Amino acid sequence: MSKFKKKGDGDTPAISTASLPDIVFMLLFFFMVVTVMRDNSLKVENELPFADQVEKLDKKELVMYIYAGKPSERYQRQFGTEARVQLNDKFASVNDIRRFVLEERRTRREELQNKLISALKVDKETNMGLVSDIKQELRKVDALKVNYTTRDGDVSFNK
Amino acid sequence: MGRRKAPEVNAGSMADIAFLLLIFFLVTTTIETDSGINRKLPPIDDEIVDPPKIKERNIFQVLVRDDGKILVNEDQMDIADLRQSAIKFLDNGGGKGSQACEYCQGARDPKSSDNPKKAVISLQNNRKTKYKSYITVQNELVAAYNELRNREAQRLFNKDFTEMVKDFSNPDYPGNIDKLEEEIKLIKELFPQKLSEAEPK
Repeated sequence: MSKFKKKGDGDTPAISTASLPDIVFMLLFFFMVVTVMRDNSLKVENELPFADQVEKLDKKELVMYIYAGKPSERYQRQFGTEARVQLNDKFASVNDIRRFVLEERRTRREELQNKLISALKVDKETNMGLVSDIKQELRKVDALKVNYTTRDGDVSFNK
Repeated sequence: MGRRKAPEVNAGSMADIAFLLLIFFLVTTTIETDSGINRKLPPIDDEIVDPPKIKERNIFQVLVRDDGKILVNEDQMDIADLRQSAIKFLDNGGGKGSQACEYCQGARDPKSSDNPKKAVISLQNNRKTKYKSYITVQNELVAAYNELRNREAQRLFNKDFTEMVKDFSNPDYPGNIDKLEEEIKLIKELFPQKLSEAEPK
């Protein structure tokens, strides 16, 4: 009864690398799944404030993003340090928001057009003056649903 | 005893382990979704309408100053106390007769709000107020409403209001979705979110 046969010489066998591809594929798949593709690159500083009374924005097809904040460091020479609005991929002025909203509306399906939500991703150090201007522009085009996008956390982190 | 050669480890099942891990991660990772405070802006009215008359006791005025300090009805208040005092104001139920509020558990102070349906929170900020202070105040005020709504939802349906809203947007909700919508509407009527924002000065 010798199920475990002894082998002749005493060399340690090489570790099989046959499963290495599997491990690599696993990692690959993992990263493929968790990576979120960002469709527009940020040109403004965008550190969101914290809040804990939040609702999820899960209907992606209904959301249009409006970014605001100070231009990031490499754009500061060109655009200054005053907080700016970013729509899609470029800096915009507050007056462009109306056109942006109308354009976004046109690209959506008809039944969704009046359900659009504007997600305001505003840096926490921005002055409210700019935010109020944005809201005023949104009201002018009747885009009344807004979402102040925040990070989940206690408000005391906002200090 | 002579030296033995270590037996070779069978690597055939390594792939299975790898796939097991892969599937585990696939199931447990959720792609991060944005979340935030939802608000509805008031529509623009071109005609000049007389502002509706609201009694002073029914207004809870919050002013966020440049430095992030807040003034409530012109008195300075700590941000940590804002939620409780907003709840106290909304839940006061000082009204009598047709204005009475049966479900309120507040102090029924005649100098504070008559009824949650009448009570208005007015939020003001300066142009130089930082966005983070504004969000902090918004969050506390929404929290005050949520806390009261949760209380009523617990009393009537044995469930948190926030939980009900979450279930409502869940496509796999097992219960009756129409009934849930009715219930949410009912709670919202008990404590309507009357948060008015003045334009900044």
